[in-house]
Amino acid sequence: MTEPLVHVRDLQVRFVSRDATVHAVNGVSFDLAERESLCILGESGSGKSVTLRALMALNPPRRTKLSGTVRVGGHDIITASERKMADIRGSTVSMIFQEPMTALDPVFTIGRQIAETVMRHEGLSRSAADARALELLELVQIPSAKRRLAAYPHELSGGLRQRAMIAIALSCRPKLLLADEPTTALDATVQIQILLLLRRLQEEMGMGVIFVTHDLGVAGEIADRVAVMYAGKFIEEGPVRDLMRRPLHPYAQGLLGATVHSGLRGERLTTIPGAPPNLERVPQGCAFAPRCAYVEEACLPKVPDFRSPTPGHAARCVRVPQAA
Amino acid sequence: MTDALTELKQLPDIGGPAQPLLTVRGLTKHFPLKTGFLGRGAGVVQAVDDLNFDVIKGETLGIVGESGCGKSTTSRLVMALMAPTTGEVVFDGQVVGGRELPLKEYRRQVQMVFQDSYASLNPRLTIEESIGFAPEVHGLARKDARARARDLLAAVGLNPDQFARRYPHELSGGQRQRINIARALALRPRLVILDEPVSALDKSVEAQVLNLLQDLKAQFGLTYIFISHDLNVVQYMSDRVLVMYLGRVAEVGSVEAIYAAAAHPYTAALLASRPSMDPDRRRTEPPLVGDPPNPINPPSGCRFHTRCAFAEPVCSATVPLLHPAPAGQQAACLMVVPGSGHSQAPKVAA
Repeated sequence: MTEPLVHVRDLQVRFVSRDATVHAVNGVSFDLAERESLCILGESGSGKSVTLRALMALNPPRRTKLSGTVRVGGHDIITASERKMADIRGSTVSMIFQEPMTALDPVFTIGRQIAETVMRHEGLSRSAADARALELLELVQIPSAKRRLAAYPHELSGGLRQRAMIAIALSCRPKLLLADEPTTALDATVQIQILLLLRRLQEEMGMGVIFVTHDLGVAGEIADRVAVMYAGKFIEEGPVRDLMRRPLHPYAQGLLGATVHSGLRGERLTTIPGAPPNLERVPQGCAFAPRCAYVEEACLPKVPDFRSPTPGHAARCVRVPQAA
Repeated sequence: MTDALTELKQLPDIGGPAQPLLTVRGLTKHFPLKTGFLGRGAGVVQAVDDLNFDVIKGETLGIVGESGCGKSTTSRLVMALMAPTTGEVVFDGQVVGGRELPLKEYRRQVQMVFQDSYASLNPRLTIEESIGFAPEVHGLARKDARARARDLLAAVGLNPDQFARRYPHELSGGQRQRINIARALALRPRLVILDEPVSALDKSVEAQVLNLLQDLKAQFGLTYIFISHDLNVVQYMSDRVLVMYLGRVAEVGSVEAIYAAAAHPYTAALLASRPSMDPDRRRTEPPLVGDPPNPINPPSGCRFHTRCAFAEPVCSATVPLLHPAPAGQQAACLMVVPGSGHSQAPKVAA
């Protein structure tokens, strides 16, 4: 059996400082096949961005304690040296961020930043790299691409900057693209353009994509599978249709119910009472139990295992039936 | 101020229910740019251009649009936080800043909640000091102002004993936004401007705050201007909706008319840009291409004509004015104006 593109087992990430240890990710396991797109859905502080960064070893090295297995494209990320990582990043795995203005270097032109990446990873000459940069800007549908090569990031609009960042991320044809809320800062009419662009590029280039978002609508547009994260754990995972139509875990149900969509006018929104737990201590039982309307004895002593009523769809909740 | 007041009351309705609470007439704000040689030849940012609208007593008027459309400039002009280039704001029949309604009196009646819950609170004041600050300025004794602050904390769902003495950095984003709402209500305003009040919050907290805003509106007899870029939230909250594009009104009307039968192509595109929430009905084509143009040199005629699928030569020459559209709303599009010269315009009756 061939190895999946991404193989994560019992990933734990802790951030250690003098005052406290924060248990940001507490045992995440998943696989991602080639050409598959997974959406990690969660609220702030749920550990979704930290999980994503762990796949590329981008968390601050000194303060981060990692354990578990993370393999991306056959490379072991946890034990890889910084030098090895520099090779893996770009060609195997690449990432786009929420804020293109902070991710791009303000003192170099867009063309220069793309050319630098391909020269470093693929050893192209300067002129070949420049030609490649132009190709990439056209690939991400930047109008008058030739002129935009000479533009600095501040000269571009938000949507164009985001496209330029995508161009850099794709410059070495990665097998896996990580996207950390790439459309959150964009206007509605631009957001949909970027989502459709990412979907098209994923199909054309045959990439795996892991998308982190707090927006269910974004997940619905782009994901094959969705994982819902809470307090550093996946609490539900399944195909996007099943998860959005029949969420199993009370937290996922609450999250869907709390999302405002058309047709709710005049009705009261369902809310989730309380707030997520403080992650300075690892929650003993189900982390959602203090806010859950259906809490019972069995929730408290240990974290519920995944239970799966239908193939491929599972949740960590004692109330979910387990298919025989 | 010798006699400290013991209670602030909501100021009475002057013009009766038929008179709009707020009328905006010809409101324009141009920001001059300071580049160019000796300041000459520099352009102006036409942030808001000839804006006209009413806010009816007791309603929620939603304002939607993309960044740079002038929705935040509008809120600041209505709050009289900046002076308009031309135009005026009339509150319940009285011109704001005129003799009948000086600014201090006006600001007692109109309050605002901002998007950034942390930046809009003074980090060195406790919660009860922050909420009680404005009532004290308006003549309430300190003791009574603090008592009012604690009442308001309870009204926004925070236990006064637990929160009154805390500082803003000790609270979560959702809690801070509740504090900002309590502070906005401290002067018993009649109009509250909510400028992206839930955009920075998580979904589950967003729902809590939206429910709270609906409750407070009924409890205190408020009128809201609700500014947001989230069309679903605006649809949920508003009675009427104002759609802005590059400093002008594109379309205004009841939420039912606009969401069911948008007359302006921009409104239609904006609505079609919402993610579908249904994996089986994914969008295939983006409704619009490109970003909104720069408001420094906005396109001539209809400002939307550069991105509009129905644009014709007449659109770049004629500025469309608001005109009644079939579903009862008003739209600034030549396609709804009979005899405008656009091929899709209704024919003029002979």
